[in-house]
This record gives sequence, structure tokens and C-alpha cells, in this order.
Amino acid sequence: MSIRPTPFRELRIDRLSRDFGALNALRDISLTIRQGEFIALLGPSGCGKSTTLNCIAGLLPATGGGIWLDDKRIDTLRPEQRGFGMVFQNYALFPHMTVRKNVGFGLMMRGVAKAEAARRVDEAIALVRLQGQETKLPGQLSGGQQQRVAIARAIVVEPPLVLMDEPLSNLDAKLRLEMRAEIRRIHTMLGATTIYVTHDQEEALSLADRIVVLKDGVIRQVGTPAELFAKPDHLDVAAFMGFRNLVPGRVVSVHGEQVLVDVDGVRLPATRRTALQPGDGAMLAIRPDDLVHEPGGATTLPATAVSSEFRGNDYTGFARMADGTELVFTAHEAVAPGMALQLAAQPSRTLAYPAA
Amino acid sequence: MSALPLGQRLSNRGLDGLTLLVIPAALFLLATFVYPFLYGLVLSFEPKDGGGALANYVKFFSDPFLYDTIAKTLYLAVPVTLLNLVLAVPIALRVRLMRRQRLLTTILVVPITLGTVLVAEGMLNYLGPQGWFNRTLMLLGIVDSPVRLIHNYWGVFLSLLVTGFPFTFLLTLSYLSGVDPALERAAATLGAGAPSRFRHVLLPLLVPGLAITFCLSFVQAFSVFPSAVLLGAPAGPTRVISIAAYTAAFEEYDYSMASAIAMLMGLVELVIVGLVLAGRGLLYRGPTSGGKG
Repeated sequence: MSIRPTPFRELRIDRLSRDFGALNALRDISLTIRQGEFIALLGPSGCGKSTTLNCIAGLLPATGGGIWLDDKRIDTLRPEQRGFGMVFQNYALFPHMTVRKNVGFGLMMRGVAKAEAARRVDEAIALVRLQGQETKLPGQLSGGQQQRVAIARAIVVEPPLVLMDEPLSNLDAKLRLEMRAEIRRIHTMLGATTIYVTHDQEEALSLADRIVVLKDGVIRQVGTPAELFAKPDHLDVAAFMGFRNLVPGRVVSVHGEQVLVDVDGVRLPATRRTALQPGDGAMLAIRPDDLVHEPGGATTLPATAVSSEFRGNDYTGFARMADGTELVFTAHEAVAPGMALQLAAQPSRTLAYPAA
Repeated sequence: MSALPLGQRLSNRGLDGLTLLVIPAALFLLATFVYPFLYGLVLSFEPKDGGGALANYVKFFSDPFLYDTIAKTLYLAVPVTLLNLVLAVPIALRVRLMRRQRLLTTILVVPITLGTVLVAEGMLNYLGPQGWFNRTLMLLGIVDSPVRLIHNYWGVFLSLLVTGFPFTFLLTLSYLSGVDPALERAAATLGAGAPSRFRHVLLPLLVPGLAITFCLSFVQAFSVFPSAVLLGAPAGPTRVISIAAYTAAFEEYDYSMASAIAMLMGLVELVIVGLVLAGRGLLYRGPTSGGKG
């Protein structure tokens, strides 16, 4: 493997801000990325993740703060001077150039000698497994193949940093899984430092070394996939990480991390993530996978079954509590609408947050 | 296979009730374009003074006063159209990024709505020996005597430029807006500066559209009449082909000859347009966006 990313120590984003008129799209984003890391910027649409990526790429000027690559300030450079590879959501392949020319474009712009460029283009095309397609135009390729060309085009210039802007969002479900594995494989082979923007928590969890969760232009939490999956710091992060059940209640007692929360007269044990005092309003967050029907259980949420969906191994059930709160749970068999349920989850998997 | 009713078989071939809506337009076109065109074509082969079917055409190509009009018109129309394109591309590049595009487009459409006669009249005053333009030049001491800009080649040239530009510009802008902006961003991240992005990405994708723009603008400029009469020297350097047709029809009352000139005018336009489109056929003509999405 002779394509190898330009080495560096770290990319430091320091209090980066971006305003659009009165709107703060980004506020004081600070983040340090080490060489070789795969970072996912995760958040709902409008959270500022693509804005962050565009500021790093230089496609959008920042309105505050700075970006440093080791000791070099780069946020004042034009995109063509930064030398990062970027993969766009719609691939942005040059429609009038063959696969070969698309991949070789960055090398041509850098004035790399013809023989050397040809060798590297061949290598990049082999890396993304597109041998035999070199003379085709992008319009003659499938979505997955176009994505491969876009990746080859970005890595062939040996950038210190590869930026990916929701690269899989235009693919169908099966191809998305396939390309996800490809991106992981290429990252493992090259060790290219990657910043990957996505709104899909599953994608972020499966690909990233570290995930940065953004909301309303601020960083909410940074952590490894395991940390974020098990211990979201905030209610909104939890909601985004798949804690679909949000049940309001009131704190009864606090013992270290353990709290007892009163929900409509039922006292549920839970684990707190932030400071909570007895008497505080609380919001319990539970994953559908952790919530099950437990007839005769000691501390359970009473609810009425609404419907259920077959999922293969089990069923996803939908239920409603007396106060109208909707619950999603896991059932081993189909539930009859109207059936009385007693839903329970492990205290360690029931997270308590201050009520929003 | 013959079980299907006739109506459904027809609609499977794209013929249904909706197709009937085409009929009024087709009739209109037939009555106002196809019939007059064929009538004129036939008329041109029936010369007023006899002498065989091709007499009008023979006469045209044996009289320099007549056949020179082709060269004179081309000499006006081709440079004007090219200059308009050369001006339209950079301006469209800038305007594409502007927020208040609509205001600018409105301003630009005004010369089109005013019509060529009004613009020609205005320029007659503005560019004339006593007009603002020459007075300003003399006031500033740039020239001693008025620059002659009307009743010659340049008067018509400028007028065609002014009336033709908005059309050329708007077409160019729409072609440019059709190029996916992500392509330029991609080129920038790959190290291409603005000139390289234009040369390697924008221009190749734009050229097919520019060829069409050239054809449409050229046809407009080639049929110049009012400004050639008002601002030009209709007996000399700007005796364009439409003037020759007008003279034949309304001064010599030779409709047959006028028809022949009109047919030749169409033929020249067809040849130029054909050449441009043939050249375009050699270039890339696919989509101008960079993939799905």
C-alpha cells in the first residue's frame, strides 16, 4: 500500500462559530482530533454538523474561532489550499469525466507527474474495487459504484483528513450496509483520519472511534460509541441514541447514582446521569429493547396495548399509559390491542434526567 | 392480445384524450407558420419577370448589391453574438451567487420588453453627435470632435449588443444554474483554484448550453431590421439581408424576389445553426449534476 495519508499530530478546532445573520448555526465548537481517528458528527438535521464539516473543508468561512492543523492555522486558507479529501452527499462526481479522470483530478491539480499519477490512480481504484470501470462515465455507474469513485477521488491525493458528508444517505438499505463495511475497511487499511457527518446513530455507532453529538449548533456530548450508547449525558442525546420511551415522573429519593422516581403512584428505581434532588421533576429514558411485559412484576408501568409489529425474532409493541404517554416495548408474541400490560425495565437501563 | 379495447390500446401507445389538447396548437402552427412558409417557398420559384424557377436565386447571386447583404449581416450578427456570450458568462458567474437576482433580471428584461425600435431611438439621441455620450467625452477632453457612433456599423453593433444581451444573459444564467454547485466545491477541495475550476469543470459542462444560446441569439441578431435602418447606414455597410427583402417586397413590389431572399436568409441561419450544433455533438452532453440527489 503506497497511498498513505499525510501525517500530522492533531487537528484542533478552537471555539469555532458560524453565524448566518442573526442565527448562530455553530457556537463555540471545540474539538481535538488525533491522527488516525474516525470521528462521527452526529445530530438531527439543522444541528450544525454539516456546517462544521464545511467550515473545516473551507467551503464556508467561520465567523469566529479558528482551526489548526498542528501549528498551522488553516481556517484562513481557501479550500484548494487545505488539501483535505471530501466525499459529498450526492458524490459530486464530474459528470463529463471518466472514472479515471475523476480519480486523477486532484493529482492533476497538484501537478503530480503522469506516471506517478497513473500508478496512484490505479491503486486507489483497486482499493475501492472498481477495476474494469475506469473508462466509464459516472452516469453509467450505480449509486454504490459512484460512491466508491468519490471515495477513491478523495483518498488518492493522500490528504491528512478525509471529510465525509452523509455519504450513505442516498443509498438503499442493503447498499448502505455494504458501503458502511467498505468505508470501515478502507479506513482500517489506510488509517486515514476521517470526519464523518451523519444523522443515523447506527452508522455513527458502527463506524466511529469517537462520536460528537451536536444539537442547535453546540456540542452536547463527545464519547466512544459504547459510552454514548450506555450513558448519554443529556436527555436529548438519550432521545437521539434510541431511548424512545420518555416517561415523566417526580424524584422520591436519591442514593448515589440510584434514584427512585414516582410515576403515577408507581415507584420505579432508575439510574441518574446528572444532579437530581428529591422532589425534582424527572424524565425517565428507556430503550424499547429494554422494556418488556412482566406480568406480576413488583415495579411496573401499567399501560394498555395499542398494536404490535412483527420484527423477525420478536415483536415491537406499542402501548399507552393512563396519562397518554406512549410507550414502545419488546414482546415475544403479538399483543392484542386493549390488553392490560405491566411494563418493566432494569434499573441500570432506566436513566433519569431532569425534566426538560 | 386483441382482447384490449381500442381506446386502451391507443392510450398504451401514448394516444389518449389528453393528446387531443395538442390539436389547437398544431392547427395554429400550421396556419401561421407552415402554410406561409410553404407558400413563400413556392412563390420564390415563380419569378415576377419569368425566366425559369431559379431566376430569383440567379439574380440574387449575380448582383453584389444583393449577395453582399449576406456577408454584411454575418459580419454584424456573428461578432455581436460572440461578444454577448463572452460578456454574459462572467456576469452570470457572479450573478448566480447574488441574493437579489430577481431585481437584476427584471432590470435586464426591460430592454426586451421595450423592443428594438425604442432602444434604437434612445441610442440615436444618446450616442449622436450632440448626445450625452459625446458631450461627456468632449467635456472631459478625451476627444476633440464627436465620435461617430450612429449611422454606421458601430451604431447597429451597439444596438444589437444592448437588445441582445439580456436574452443571451438570461439563457446563460439558466444553463449555469443547472450546473450542480457541489461540483465546484468538490473541485475546490481537490486543489483546483478558481481558473482551473472554470476551465476543467464549469466550462465543459456549460459549452453545450452556450452553443444553444449562441444559435438562438444569432438567429435574433441575423434578422436585424429596425436598428439597421435607424442607427445604421442602410444603403452602405449595414445594408443587411432583411433590408434587401424589405426593398424587394415594398419598394419594388416583387414578392417573389422577397420570398427568395427570405428563403436564403433562413438557409444561412440554418447552415450556421447546423454547424454549431454539429460541433456541439462532438462534446459531452450528459447530465450536469454530480450523481444522485
